[in-house]
Parts: sequence; structure tokens; C-alpha cells
Amino acid sequence: MAEAVADKKNVRFIITRQDSADSPSYTEEFEVPYRPNMNVISALMEIQRTPVNANGKKTTPVCWESNCLEEVCGACSMVINGKPRQACSALVDHLEQPIRVAPMKTFPVVRDLVINRERMFSALKRVKAWIPIDGTYDLGPGPRMAETKRQWAYELSKCMTCGVCLESCPNVNDKTSFIGPAAISQVRLFNTHPTGEMNKDERLETLMEDGGIEGCGNSQNCVRSCPKGIPLTTSIAAINADTTKHLFKKWLSF
Amino acid sequence: MTGNSYYYRKLHSLLGVIPIGAFLVEHLITNYAAFNQGHGGFIEGVEWLNSLPLVFALELFGIWLPLLYHGVYGLYVAYTARNNVTNYGYFRNQMFMLQRVTGVLTLLFIAWHVFETRVQVALGNVTHEELGVRMHEIATQPWAFALYCIGIIAATFHFCNGMWSFLVSWGITIGPRAQRVSSYVWMVAFVVMAVMFILSLSAFLDPQFQDTSVLTKS
Ligand code: SF4
Ligand code: FES
Repeated sequence: MAEAVADKKNVRFIITRQDSADSPSYTEEFEVPYRPNMNVISALMEIQRTPVNANGKKTTPVCWESNCLEEVCGACSMVINGKPRQACSALVDHLEQPIRVAPMKTFPVVRDLVINRERMFSALKRVKAWIPIDGTYDLGPGPRMAETKRQWAYELSKCMTCGVCLESCPNVNDKTSFIGPAAISQVRLFNTHPTGEMNKDERLETLMEDGGIEGCGNSQNCVRSCPKGIPLTTSIAAINADTTKHLFKKWLSF
Repeated sequence: MTGNSYYYRKLHSLLGVIPIGAFLVEHLITNYAAFNQGHGGFIEGVEWLNSLPLVFALELFGIWLPLLYHGVYGLYVAYTARNNVTNYGYFRNQMFMLQRVTGVLTLLFIAWHVFETRVQVALGNVTHEELGVRMHEIATQPWAFALYCIGIIAATFHFCNGMWSFLVSWGITIGPRAQRVSSYVWMVAFVVMAVMFILSLSAFLDPQFQDTSVLTKS
């Protein structure tokens, strides 16, 4: 891949920009001096320092969001060369040039590459992705989680709410209210926990409403895209099994 | 949409298998009789089906209404997807797109096919015994033969790939290995069904289907 980079001195970027939430988007090209081991964030920082586009014209610096810089917070997710991923772990040496950077348009764009991932956090609230332990007195220790379960549940807990799975899903869009793969996988995580399990049915029931699990059309792009390698389609199918069982249980207990 | 889309979608999924999928398989068996038993065998199959008790109710509740619901809700499902195979050319994503495309094609094909056969029977233009002759007339027109082949491939693909999704959506195939094995099984089923349907269609080309005289002889 390194050979494909013809000009080692400059890296070309084509960035999809937008001045405000409801203004039209446009692309702007930039030439950024190459440095070894640079990633998309360090290139954006360079543009921030010298906001001059490829035509030599002064422009406004490109806005983006980032935080941890080690692919654990999910804040820097954007579409890089057609695929959604984290900009902080997108190494320029591994990318084909010119590098095309665009915001994840499944979410409302705030400005340039900054998006609003609010819907993901409200989805977590909706499915109660937590373990209720509050009480008026000390409830004592909860039941222990089996080690065999803990091992695969740990994989699900790696989700950083980055939104990449929603961006890649053909059924998460302006025409549907589908909650998306991440929250469904979190339901599986919290329903697996021995204390979380006590509120299992509530979580399943929120997924058996409008915008719930039925929105999944099995394109399976999510599992191919998740940077944390979370087995999202296994989670969805497992929750499909649980919601189906819950459905019959409810009907039969009339 | 009012009401709970979870139930709407589940009903759509269930009806696709029972009764619509079951009917497709039954339809294949009846038609295949044209291939391995000739005109007589085919008409025997048709008459057996029409001798079932309450045949009108069976047709209405077992085929027409489920088909109408599955078709109309399916169009809505297809409309709400924003296909993105150009960016994500993965196998399952392509199947996702094809499922929607073949769904629309199948709906058009079924509407046309039902009009040419069942509707003509209802209008009194064709009798049940003459259905073999009707199919012979259709199959011997090259353009109709070609369109039927497309319709057959679309319908069998939509059924087999739909069965794959059904098993996931109801939580039967959960892990990646179960889903992979299921992919192979339904791919084989698709090829077998499509070939059998096309063989049946080709069987109608035979001159024995030109008139019903062979029926009285046997
Ligand atoms: S499941 Fe993976 S892709 Fe989806 S939000 Fe979590 S970390 Fe990101
Ligand atoms: S900055 Fe946290 S994931 Fe990139």
C-alpha cells in the first residue's frame, strides 16, 4: 500500500463539508504535508493549523470531534474512503489517496465532520441499558455471573456507541425508526447479567414496539463494520429468539 | 402507520412461509407432474386440488389474502430500505438487496400469472381441464417463456432467501455457523426449485398439451 502513495511529501484530502446544520454540503480539497505514521486526525489538526485549501485559498478550518485518540470513545467516527470508521485509528499509510472524508450522514450533521449521535444514547435509555441496583437499603451482593458467560458478555461490553453499525445499516435511515444494531446487542448484554436479567422482559418489550428489532432486515453490514468486532448479528438473532419466546409466553398466559 | 409494527412485520414474515411458501412448494409438485406424468398427470393434480373441501375458502384465506398482505407490506419494507451495496458489497448485503428486488418482480409476475390462469377460469374463459392447454399457449410464445423464467427465478430466490431470513428473524439460526450452513442449504434449495419449475414450464411446450383429447383417451 505504501507504494501507492506516489507523492510522499503531500497527502491529498477531499473533505465533505457543511457550514451549519441545515446548509448544503460541498467538498473541499486539501494538501497536507506527509509525516510518518500520521492518521486522519493528525491531518485534520494540520488543516486546523493552516486552513488553506489545495488551491492555495484561505478557508475556515475543518471541524471534527475526537477525544481518546485510541479507538475507545467513538467520538471521531466518520466515513473515510467510503467506509465508516474511527479517524484516530485510520492511518494515512494504509489509505488509498486521495483520502475522501465525509460525515456519517445517518446522523444529523452539526458542522463539517461533527455529527450528533444523540439517537444512540436515547436508544440506550429506551432499552434501559443499565443494571438497576438502587434501593433504600443495602441489597447485598447480587448473584455471580458464570465465567463462561462473562467471557462472551465482555465482548459485547466493548461497544463504544460510535454509530458505525448504524451508518452501515440500510435499514437505519430517514424513512424508518429502527433503533439499530448497537442497542439490541446491549439488551443482550444486560439481559445476560444475573442482576440485569431481573428486568429482562421490560427490555424485550421495548424491542417489540415500533422501531424495535423488527427493523432488522439481515443485511449484516453491522457485523462486518463494527470496529470492536462485536458479534452484532448473533446478538440480534439471540434477541429474536428471546422476543419470539416472550411473544408466545405472553399469548399463552392470557 | 398506526399500531405496532413488530406484529405487522412478524405477520408478514410468518405468512411468507405459511401459507405462501407452502403453497409455492405444493404448486411446484403439481406442475412437476406435467414434466414427469404428462398432460394427464397435470390435470389430475389440478382436479385433486379443486376437489378439496371448501376450496374457495382455502384459496381466499390460504392464498389470496396472505399474498395480498405479504405483497403490500413487502412493498413498504422494500421502500423503507436505503440500499447501499455500492459501498458495502458484502454477500449478505447483496442478498438483502436482491430479496427486495425479487420481491417486487415476484409480485408483478404473480399478478400477471394469476390473471392469465385463475382469473380466466373465474371469468369462464378457461375450464380447469383446459389449464394445460392454456399453459401450452403461454409457454410456446418465446417472450412469455422468457418472462416466466425470470418470474420463476425471482419467486424461488425470494422464497429460499426469505426462508434463510425467517430462520434468523424467529431466532432459530443464531450463531454464524448455523447461519452459514443455512445459506448453503437454501442456496441448493433455490437451484433445485428453479430447475424443477423451469422443467415443468418446458414440459408445457410438448404438443400433447395442444388439446384436451389426451385426457379423454386415458
Ligand atoms: S456495536 Fe460496534 S459499530 Fe456499533 S456502536 Fe458499538 S462499537 Fe460502534
Ligand atoms: S478519538 Fe476516541 S475513538 Fe477516535
